[in-house]
Amino acid sequence: MPEQRPREIKMGRGARAMGPRPKLENPGKIFKRLCSVSFGHYKIHMLFVCIGIVLSVLCTVRGTLFMKDLVDLYILPMIGKSSPDFEALKKAIIDIAIVLVVGILSTFMYNKLMIYVSQGSLKRIRTTLFEKMENLPISYFDTHSHGDIMSVYTNDVDTMRQVISQTMPQLLNSVITVVSILISMIALSFPLTLVTLSMVGVMLLASKAVVKKSSSFFVKQQSELGALNGYIEEMIEGQKVIKVFCHEKQALGDFDGLNDKLFISANNANKYVNVMGPINAQLGNVSYVLVAIVGAIFAIKNVLGFTLGSLASFLTFNRNLNMPINQISQQFNTVVMALAGADRVFKLMDEEPEVDEGYVTLVNAVKDEQGNLTESESRTGLWAWKHYHKADDTTTYVELKGDVVFNDVDFGYTDEKIVLHNIDISATPGMKIAFVGSTGAGKTTITNLINRFYDIQDGKIRYDGININKIKKADLRRSLGIVLQDTHLFTGTIKENIRYGRLDATDEEVIAAAKLANAHSFIRHLPKGYDTVITGDGGSLSQGQRQLLSIARAAIADPPVLILDEATSSIDTRTEKLIQQGMDKLMKGRTTFVIAHRLSTIKNSDCIMVLEQGRIIERGTHEQLLEQKGRYYHLYTGNQIAS
Amino acid sequence: MFRKLLSKLGEYKKFALITPVCMILEVIAETITPRLMGLLVDNGVEKGDISYIIRVGIMMLFCALFGLAAGLAGGFSAAKASTGFARNLRKAMYGNIQTFSFSNIDRFSTAGLITRLTTDVTNVQNAFQMVIRMSFRAPFSLIFAMTAAFLVSARIARVYLIAVVILAVIIVTIMLSAMKSFRQVFKKYDELNATVQENVNAIRVVKAYVREDHEKSRMYKACENIYKLFVNAESKVVLNGPVMMTAVYTCILVISWVGAHMIVSDELTTGDLMTLLTYCMNILMNLMMLSMIFVMVSISMASGERIVEVLDETPDIVNPENPVTKVRDGSIEFEDVDFSYYKESEAPVLKDITLKIKSGETIGIIGGTGSGKTTLVNLICRLYDVMQGKVKVGGVDVRKYDLETLRDNVAVVLQKNVLFSGTIYENLMWGLGKKAGSEITEEEKEECRRACRLACADEFIEKMPDKYDTYIEQGGTNVSGGQKQRLCIARALLKKPKILILDDSTSAVDTATDAKIRRAFYEEIPDTTRIIIAQRVSSIMDADRIIVMDDGRIDGIGTHEELLNNNDIYQDVYESQMGERDFDRPGTEVIAYA
Repeated sequence: MPEQRPREIKMGRGARAMGPRPKLENPGKIFKRLCSVSFGHYKIHMLFVCIGIVLSVLCTVRGTLFMKDLVDLYILPMIGKSSPDFEALKKAIIDIAIVLVVGILSTFMYNKLMIYVSQGSLKRIRTTLFEKMENLPISYFDTHSHGDIMSVYTNDVDTMRQVISQTMPQLLNSVITVVSILISMIALSFPLTLVTLSMVGVMLLASKAVVKKSSSFFVKQQSELGALNGYIEEMIEGQKVIKVFCHEKQALGDFDGLNDKLFISANNANKYVNVMGPINAQLGNVSYVLVAIVGAIFAIKNVLGFTLGSLASFLTFNRNLNMPINQISQQFNTVVMALAGADRVFKLMDEEPEVDEGYVTLVNAVKDEQGNLTESESRTGLWAWKHYHKADDTTTYVELKGDVVFNDVDFGYTDEKIVLHNIDISATPGMKIAFVGSTGAGKTTITNLINRFYDIQDGKIRYDGININKIKKADLRRSLGIVLQDTHLFTGTIKENIRYGRLDATDEEVIAAAKLANAHSFIRHLPKGYDTVITGDGGSLSQGQRQLLSIARAAIADPPVLILDEATSSIDTRTEKLIQQGMDKLMKGRTTFVIAHRLSTIKNSDCIMVLEQGRIIERGTHEQLLEQKGRYYHLYTGNQIAS
Repeated sequence: MFRKLLSKLGEYKKFALITPVCMILEVIAETITPRLMGLLVDNGVEKGDISYIIRVGIMMLFCALFGLAAGLAGGFSAAKASTGFARNLRKAMYGNIQTFSFSNIDRFSTAGLITRLTTDVTNVQNAFQMVIRMSFRAPFSLIFAMTAAFLVSARIARVYLIAVVILAVIIVTIMLSAMKSFRQVFKKYDELNATVQENVNAIRVVKAYVREDHEKSRMYKACENIYKLFVNAESKVVLNGPVMMTAVYTCILVISWVGAHMIVSDELTTGDLMTLLTYCMNILMNLMMLSMIFVMVSISMASGERIVEVLDETPDIVNPENPVTKVRDGSIEFEDVDFSYYKESEAPVLKDITLKIKSGETIGIIGGTGSGKTTLVNLICRLYDVMQGKVKVGGVDVRKYDLETLRDNVAVVLQKNVLFSGTIYENLMWGLGKKAGSEITEEEKEECRRACRLACADEFIEKMPDKYDTYIEQGGTNVSGGQKQRLCIARALLKKPKILILDDSTSAVDTATDAKIRRAFYEEIPDTTRIIIAQRVSSIMDADRIIVMDDGRIDGIGTHEELLNNNDIYQDVYESQMGERDFDRPGTEVIAYA
């Protein structure tokens, strides 16, 4: 059962931004693609967002400049006047109020628009990702750990969410703010702007030094956190064994060592993050003080028309400049981190999907008196392969019967290493074929070839006489029912889970299938019967019950060919006996491929294939094989032949 | 909850106390600066006194330096306090987990405990750091700025006070409602990820039933749902910015208007006005900060609660007073034992178990899944306590023994067994009660090898390149199931127990080896009481007595022949397995080291 861990709540973005930057091959390209994926479908939205940001920044800047006018134009001239006229000031304040309202409204507008853009594009990313994933071939899932695939959804899409919805608009805002403040500053006083900028330079250098120092501690903290978490995981998984061996004290000792190590490196790493704030803040203050001193002197001397009002505005600008500059450097780091995530998301999206060049389809059919098949619109219970022949532009119909033939098949997961050699199997409709052999002999692999989870290297597999490569994969798989050892159920009701086999099945058909699989009696005893919701991987049901449900699921699909891959292996022999009846009923009249290590399951097969290292070394009925006194006989009687 | 957590601060308490003090000092420095600015404008600029300007300027620089020193000290102590706090929390939790009995562990689940020790501690650490740094800084900054504003001009400061109150109410309302929405979102978000996980795990089923489109449409719906919830939640948060801006701008404009009047009528100076405007930003910014702290703390609250749960858990099984420290022999007695895992559950897992096992006897136990086999043997070494009745080992109630004595004498090879990362020797040393990593003597090595011979583990170990020094990966992933089981048996044998319990411990071992192990037991440790739980009749056929379990009761006891005659269940199982052989299992051995 997959482990469900609570979501990690991400806090302290500063901390993450301080980490080492991951190396990327082509960050520019990824960034471009990220932008086009995120904003491509929202061009008009984004236009308004940009307008909104510009408007909002301009209005804020205008508000700050008002300080200058307030002091220079309105307050200072009125001082000492006996009957000061406040009408002009009132008018100015109303004017500026209107400007500020526009600023507020545009801020609100672009933020609101941004929600639709970011959430909309995230929705698109999630669904596209899922869609692409569903179309990937089985080999992808075999060669990539499920944890890694999941982490694309949980971690990588999540960092993208942060970047798209927060970082990008903030970055844009910061850049525009910095530019417009700089322009205003220069307009007020060029020398003071230089003073401010030189302090900004000092600040950037200081934070660069701190980041450099801290990132080595962060790497250390990360690796020690990993070591401790690994230890905790191993020990907690084995906690019961620790108890049985009274090993508690020893387990504590090792833990303490790792825990102390982590404390030291975490302390160092955090220390450097924490000094970042005060250093920047106080350097900002120093910059403020310097500007104040120089500006005051300028104002007294009235250098280049610098007034007291200019000083008031300039000091506010000085304050307002530090914040976005700090933000830009932090956000830049976040973007780089997110690009690594985006890269993984795009890689998954770009994986080669499962190709399907098949053209033979499965259609409902009716048979006339002469035995000719014709296509039918409605469900008839009779199916036919619709085979179009390009050569002479004709269409033939072949009845779906479940005749499977392997003709000298070779297969390897890679071309270099062939794992199945010269497989010949001929299963006529209704036959029961069993595969026997040690783990890794290739039993499951053979069944994976029938439904084309994998494609063969050499030889031919024919289904009702048609090469399966010509059959559309979806239709081929629809004609096969599979029950696996790991019964995967889905979150939903029992009814929905059985109906998974055939979506248009009626309730009566669901119950009939459950009865066939002997699942009806236990389902009836559940508190809500067929409407009982099972969660996760069916955790609340016993292994046996889950197995019965997956048998019912295969039964309702009513396929002519069945593949049972260790379908009853995790059920104890007594319960299996109960299931056996259901299985027998299910197998009746169908071509069945069985993989099992229990003799009772395979004894009555029409043909038993003994596999060893990818080859069929013996074949025949139970009795025939016993007579042969070969590998099967030795396995059966328990006398091991030296392997 | 907070008290419980904070009690684990320990030696880092002083750092946790220093931090807010430093932060407050930093705030004082920050509050003085704008005031000095005002003085500089009034007395320096307006009067054209350059030397005054430089004097005040230097004072301001000192303020900045003082603030920097306080800020650095605060940052350092906050780091130490929070990471030390995390260290102590982990230590306390892990220490307490070591005292847990099986039922305590069951209650939390392994995954649950791991999350609490890792993610939850990190969350609390971050929130704690935030709290000691900011939760004093922000309100103090707010109060200082407010006081300073009142000192400059009470009339204008009153405007701030009103703005703060209104803004606080609005922001808290927005945040509360947004948090509620976000909780909903994250729940759905987890569900979405669970759906994806399900699909990744069950991809074969999805593809086999050609349900790709069905799954896609389910995903579309789920994503659409998330989209709506997210938009709803973020729409609330998005109000914060404009509200804040409105407050700031309104204050500035009101002050401009009122201030201008006051300056003209000589109640206020231009410098005062500039000071007040800076305080205005200070006050409202800190208010915003407070609301953020509020959100963060409430998010990490859930983590804190989960940690306290572990800290508060008391072990169900503890050592008795004046424990018995010697086990006489390997006899076992069950007297009218009832047992269930949960006190409130109606149906007991074991019911009316009365049973006597002589020292040195070999007992087989067989029965369907969930019939209570494992539960029965777990009571013998007191991994769980009985609800009713008594379990005696060597004639003494197990609850009277020293736990370590009891468990050293009753060795269980658990059904879900694990090996730990380390060499084979190191793993085996667990049985000798020695810490992994410590020096292993030659005699101990010889003892290990003997145990491995008994458990038929020597044959595959000898074939490995590093033999007994082979490194076992975490979870024992580099040995096959059967090899793992045999190593676990050897590890248990090293305890030289009076009672040896094998809970389905040879299920992955092929039949022939299984028989060989039993033969070795019979010849080498004949005095040890052996209890063997198995699915295969062949594993227990030759036991002195066989117990057939069904639905928490003993359905029958007797020898193989007796049971074949008088026990229906046993007959059933026997018949269904008649001549049965496992076709895969022997092969696993070949594959693993081929």
